[in-house]
Amino acid sequence: MKRLWAAPSFWGCALFLAVALLGPWLVSSSPDQIDLAHAYELPSERHLLGTADNGVDLLSALVHGARLAGVISASVVGVCLVAGGLLGAFAGLVGGWFEHVLMALSDLLQAFPAVLLNIALLALVSRPGVEHVVLSLCMNGWVLYARLARAEVLALRDREFVSAARALGVPERQVLLRHLVPNLIGPLVVQATAGFGSAILMESTLSFLGLGPSRAVSWGALLDQGSAVLLRFPHVALVSGGAMALVVLSFNLAGDALRDALDPRLRGRT
Amino acid sequence: MRAGLARYLAFRGGRALLTALAVVTLAFLLIRAVPGDPVDAILGDQASPEDRAEVRRQLALDRPLLAQYAGFLGDVLDGTLGRSFRAPDRSVRELIAESFPPTLELAASALAVAWLLAIPLGVVAAARRDTRVDRAASVFALTGLALPTIWLGPLLVLTFAVKLRWLPLPGDEREGLAALVLPSLTVGTALAAALTRQTRAAMIEVLSQPYVAAARARGVADGAVFFKHALRNALMPVLTVAASQLGALLSGAVIAEKVFERPGLGSLFLEAFFARDIPVVQGVVLVVGLIYVLVNVALDLTYAWIDPRVRLA
Repeated sequence: MKRLWAAPSFWGCALFLAVALLGPWLVSSSPDQIDLAHAYELPSERHLLGTADNGVDLLSALVHGARLAGVISASVVGVCLVAGGLLGAFAGLVGGWFEHVLMALSDLLQAFPAVLLNIALLALVSRPGVEHVVLSLCMNGWVLYARLARAEVLALRDREFVSAARALGVPERQVLLRHLVPNLIGPLVVQATAGFGSAILMESTLSFLGLGPSRAVSWGALLDQGSAVLLRFPHVALVSGGAMALVVLSFNLAGDALRDALDPRLRGRT
Repeated sequence: MRAGLARYLAFRGGRALLTALAVVTLAFLLIRAVPGDPVDAILGDQASPEDRAEVRRQLALDRPLLAQYAGFLGDVLDGTLGRSFRAPDRSVRELIAESFPPTLELAASALAVAWLLAIPLGVVAAARRDTRVDRAASVFALTGLALPTIWLGPLLVLTFAVKLRWLPLPGDEREGLAALVLPSLTVGTALAAALTRQTRAAMIEVLSQPYVAAARARGVADGAVFFKHALRNALMPVLTVAASQLGALLSGAVIAEKVFERPGLGSLFLEAFFARDIPVVQGVVLVVGLIYVLVNVALDLTYAWIDPRVRLA
């Protein structure tokens, strides 16, 4: 685990989480503070990252956007991890028609354009809120966790310690929860780390397309705003998109580092 | 052998039909299973009861569920896919057929970008493992995967259209290949990143096989070993990854059409979304789902054609 602390990606993730958690209290201005005379200003002493549309302080908008991205991603990953993990583990354990149906469904959801499916779901509510965005991202987000959990259970279920538990008369439910699930936690946490980054990306993409939660500051919406004025004021798009890319890269790399730390055999493999 | 292939075709065709039915049912249920009333979403909550009843009738939501399903299946089978709310004189099929060519053009060129970047890069990275080229390839793969498509688009515009002025700006009326370059790069980069990793891994795997060593021992030249002996066999897993990228390809197209102000399936879909034109939303989801089924059938048949073990299994 020592190597993990040395990884810059780990600190990138920690920084993002700290900003999402504490940031809104640390910046002095709010993203609702309008200052029409100073719209799209370059970075200055007063506005460290410059200003966006309506003279809103870009740093403060970024920080509040990090809060939203953090809340949505944490909810999506939490729900998908538990629901997908349990469904997949159960499928691996019982097999039969349940496994077939679950795998067919996950094949379908995985190959289907995620953005299209999420948008189609959001089309059905009149004013999408945070909970709708979370729900729509969970609709296909659970698949990766279910696949992983199933594959792990398939590899584990014939191992000696599981047969021993069964031979001792432990009920199936307990075999799953006490003996198999603890062994799944490692790989699932690795998946969740990278998944956190993809959830941020998906949230930003939906907001960019204009489908994010209304009345909230989001990185995707900022980037959309910045793209509209790209030719005259590129700093808005550069800063908001750059933050997004760095955070996603950090979570991807942290997932890899975590996998290596948990399983030394994988070290150095791509 | 011929009988084996025919039996495989029949089996695969039957499964494709079942999947297609599942896609149709999914597209149908999507709009009914989500909490909330689609009529509210279309009209807002201030609408008069008469208007609401009218929309409900248009959507056939006043009929029993099975009758609605039968009606929807009918629309699918006769190919109209229902009628648009915004333009009731037009069928959803017409609207989709109009938007299809530009999206196909973008998707095809993005795929070309992805393959032309990823395969040579993956092969070279595998051949020159742990050298500078290999490291450069993995940096490319990692960055390509992390760069959000919604940011890469504006970045490319800023670099190649604004600063260097090599390529037209989004919304420029000039058509042709030049207008297609930046959108295809935007969509293709992320796909190329994943494919590079896959090609490299598959090539490394294949290069360690005894028949490669045998070919080398017979004095076959390096280039011929890589391209004739190794790449052909490495392409099977690469093909699988490429097919699984269909979803990412179309998602990317939706985004690129917005960034580059291009017409297409994605633009149609987003417009329909904002107008709550649910038949069109449903229709696009359905058509994309059917494309997915077709591509997978084609892929399985390709496997069966390449590898006799698949069709005899």
